[in-house]
Amino acid sequence: MAERYSSFTPGGTGWLLQRITAAFLVVVLAFHFFQLHFITHAADVTFAGTQARMEHVGYFLTMVLFLVTATFHGINGVYNALVNQGLDGIQKKVVLAVLTIAGLALIAQGTYVALVMAGWA
Amino acid sequence: MSQSYNRGLIEDFGRWKEFSAGMWAWIFHKFTGWMLIGYLFTHIAVLSSAIAAADGQTIMLEGEAVNAYTGTIQGLESLFIIRVLEVGLLAVAVFHILNGLRLLMVDLGIGLEAQDKSFYASLILTGVITVASVPTFMQGVGL
Repeated sequence: MAERYSSFTPGGTGWLLQRITAAFLVVVLAFHFFQLHFITHAADVTFAGTQARMEHVGYFLTMVLFLVTATFHGINGVYNALVNQGLDGIQKKVVLAVLTIAGLALIAQGTYVALVMAGWA
Repeated sequence: MSQSYNRGLIEDFGRWKEFSAGMWAWIFHKFTGWMLIGYLFTHIAVLSSAIAAADGQTIMLEGEAVNAYTGTIQGLESLFIIRVLEVGLLAVAVFHILNGLRLLMVDLGIGLEAQDKSFYASLILTGVITVASVPTFMQGVGL
């Protein structure tokens, strides 16, 4: 057997969630990209246009779920990259706490922004 | 039979000349991952101008007072450097996606003997998609 080089614990929850979020992100990122670069060009984005999109509950929920999964995938990826770098002990706990707080803050801010765009906050 | 040996610190970048295709794939995946999470924070920060916009605030864009959100995004999009960075972001995202799919295959044990070839394929496909996207990204912007 070849050696395992992955940063993740084999069969761990972090490993599995990283892959599940990845599969979701590939699809939604493709949608997001085509929506805002081909259907509407980024340079033509207006507040009114954004409001019109975000008012649809389905779009709103997709975008919030997109934010949550992307944040999880990014934070979990960074954390595992640092653990792989040799992070240990108290440093490991501090880094996990800082990354978790940053991730939750990003989700909170992003969700609030989406609510404002939809006119619900 | 498994055999253990000390292969040294994996991320000893001083050993870059010894790196194989798989190692480069791993480094590029990390680099692009860092870029993408960094961008996500920046993206939400820029979109937060919607809060000021909903409050009725305006900013000046080309001598006109426009909605704070519209003005922020269109002001950024009018900059050549932002368009170049967007193409860079696309390249980074496409590579991360393609190599991510490659990693999934590696994890599942599919096509392990071709993992170096699939890395080169990811690189080439990233290059092609990036070049093909340039006209769309550069539309209507001057130097």
